[in-house]
Amino acid sequence: MAIGAPKIKSIGAAQSPLLGAAMFGPAVLYIVLVIGAPFVLAVFYAFSDARIGSSGLHFVGLENFRSILQSPSFRTALKNSIVFTVCAQAIVVVCSGTLSIALEKPFRGRGLVRFLILLPWVAPVSLGSIGWKWILDSIYSVITWVLVWLHFFKPYNTPMWLGEPHLAMASVILVHCWRLIPFSTVVMLAGRTAIPKEIPEAAAIDGAGFWRTLFQINLPMMLPIINVAVLFGTIFTFTDMTVVYILTAGGPFDSTQTLPSLAFATGIQGSDLAAGAAISLFLVPVLVLIAYLMLRMAHRAEVV
Amino acid sequence: MAVVETRNLTKVFKQGELGAVNNVNLKTREGEFLVFLGPSGSGKTTLLRMIAGLEMPTAGEILIGDQVVNHLAPRERRIAMVFQSYALYPHLSVYKNIAFPLKAQKVKKELHKEKVEWAASLLGISSLLHRKPRELSGGERQRVALARAIVREPSVFLLDEPLSNLDAKLRLSAREELERFHRRIGTTTIYVTHDQVEAMAMGDRIVVLNKGVVHHFGTPKEVYDEPADTFVATFLGSPPMNLIENGDVIVGFRPEHFRLSETLDEAKVTFKFHVENVEYLGAEYILSGSLLGGRFEGKEVIARLLLGHAYEPGTTYEFAVPERHLKFFDRSTEKRVEARALTWQ
Ligand SMILES: Nc1ncnc2c1ncn2[C@@H]1O[C@H](COP(=O)(O)OP(=O)(O)O)[C@@H](O)[C@H]1O
Ligand SMILES: [Mg+2]
Repeated sequence: MAIGAPKIKSIGAAQSPLLGAAMFGPAVLYIVLVIGAPFVLAVFYAFSDARIGSSGLHFVGLENFRSILQSPSFRTALKNSIVFTVCAQAIVVVCSGTLSIALEKPFRGRGLVRFLILLPWVAPVSLGSIGWKWILDSIYSVITWVLVWLHFFKPYNTPMWLGEPHLAMASVILVHCWRLIPFSTVVMLAGRTAIPKEIPEAAAIDGAGFWRTLFQINLPMMLPIINVAVLFGTIFTFTDMTVVYILTAGGPFDSTQTLPSLAFATGIQGSDLAAGAAISLFLVPVLVLIAYLMLRMAHRAEVV
Repeated sequence: MAVVETRNLTKVFKQGELGAVNNVNLKTREGEFLVFLGPSGSGKTTLLRMIAGLEMPTAGEILIGDQVVNHLAPRERRIAMVFQSYALYPHLSVYKNIAFPLKAQKVKKELHKEKVEWAASLLGISSLLHRKPRELSGGERQRVALARAIVREPSVFLLDEPLSNLDAKLRLSAREELERFHRRIGTTTIYVTHDQVEAMAMGDRIVVLNKGVVHHFGTPKEVYDEPADTFVATFLGSPPMNLIENGDVIVGFRPEHFRLSETLDEAKVTFKFHVENVEYLGAEYILSGSLLGGRFEGKEVIARLLLGHAYEPGTTYEFAVPERHLKFFDRSTEKRVEARALTWQ
């Protein structure tokens, strides 16, 4: 069987070159239809004056990009996107790093804790975000209720989690972290288990304490995998609009508007397809750069 | 320098199961080269790791320099350990690997360079200091690991099968180098190996372990010539000691003491030896075959002989063992007992 199998396969492939194409087809079709076509369409729209509901379509060159760059809401959204991504990633890395250390050594109930930590990743984003919308609601917020009960706030002077610009941004960031931490934790756990246990032991014998072992041995050795987790998370955060859209829809006063949510608000809700497409195209160079870095890191992680 | 001592040291990994290390009592001498010898899984590494502080004993005490160290972290025990895998820090250069213990133990920065260079030159790796561990051969890695161990001048060295990853030729030269090295620095060293030749060649004394129990603790000569039980008798020596049952004792004799009867003119026990296989090893023959006649009919034995006489497979010879080379073991406990007179026919 082991000897016969490759032979049969090669004969089959030789007899029908179409078989290969047929096997390959669905994947190509999927990429072309679901990713390629919308992308080409977006590029096409970005250089036109397409609007929902109007049939005329003219080539306008860089006009869309020029007007976007001048619009204050675009600049706010760009700034917010960067704040959103950087803060979320910083929090995610620290939290998931800490969690991965805590979850590494076996203890009673570790399986259950690991399962609970993974839950936010498994639950649909929209569902989770709606849950958070209630948790942070201006009237029914559980958090406010607990804080009042603990006498941190007076009942008539409570924080509006989603209604004040800075608080709203913080809330959006934290909810997004809640979503990303599980994935990041799993990646880091994998990175930690890949370190042979003799190496931190050797460090312990050599005289290194917890922090030195962490910062000079474990973290540097995990760096390739941390990089992958961070870059992955960055793409995820930078392109995400679900959390923003459900929690705040960009408000108050555009204070949580990010590039993807602005593109959606402008292009779909505001009917200005061309401007929306142009905004989303601004994401492309950033994402290409990240994807490039990610592939390089992944490659380096394999080599080491 | 310091003396390492264990008192009733025991490690049980899973409750209810047999311990990996059971009731081990031993004490090194100042500056001694002590070898833990035993087959794979006999608990050598576990014992060493408990001494290093990487494994918590289930019971018993560990003393280094007359001080109980059970509660001390590895770094407070003033030991250095070389792991079987060497455990070099892969992201650091050889220089930084060797300097790491100095940094971790807050040795003055000005002294680092000098000390690293001293350790590197002692092990002949001065030219490799800028390389990463992955750019080194097995032998070079082993030296880096040793350099990293000596650089802080520890009071005890723990080495876990440091030669087992080297090829046969390199192993021999590395072994000699280690011996020279130990003579030079004179630090108390505990060396783990499963290779009895290594143990015999290097050890001042040998601890023979099996299933976590110390079977024999003595000099190589004592362990080889006066084995405490049948396990020690068969584990040391290649080929191993022949054992034949006779009444309520087991009698053992080494292959090199089993010779043509006519060449022996002292008190001896003779056997008819039917040679079935002859291995020519250049300097010696290894004969394997079985005994003929009497109570030992069919018993398989091995003889090891210097060249000089030609032996033919399929022939029966009159062989004998000098009585003074016979070892006696109790048949039920397998422990060594006094020599006694036996009937042989
Ligand atoms: N961390 C561990 N958990 C459970 N059992 C272990 C562990 N380490 C070693 N053992 C067991 O203890 C015994 C002795 O192992 P070890 O000390 O590594 O032997 P050696 O070094 O002589 O080959 C083996 O049976 C091994 O399976
Ligand atoms: Mg071992």
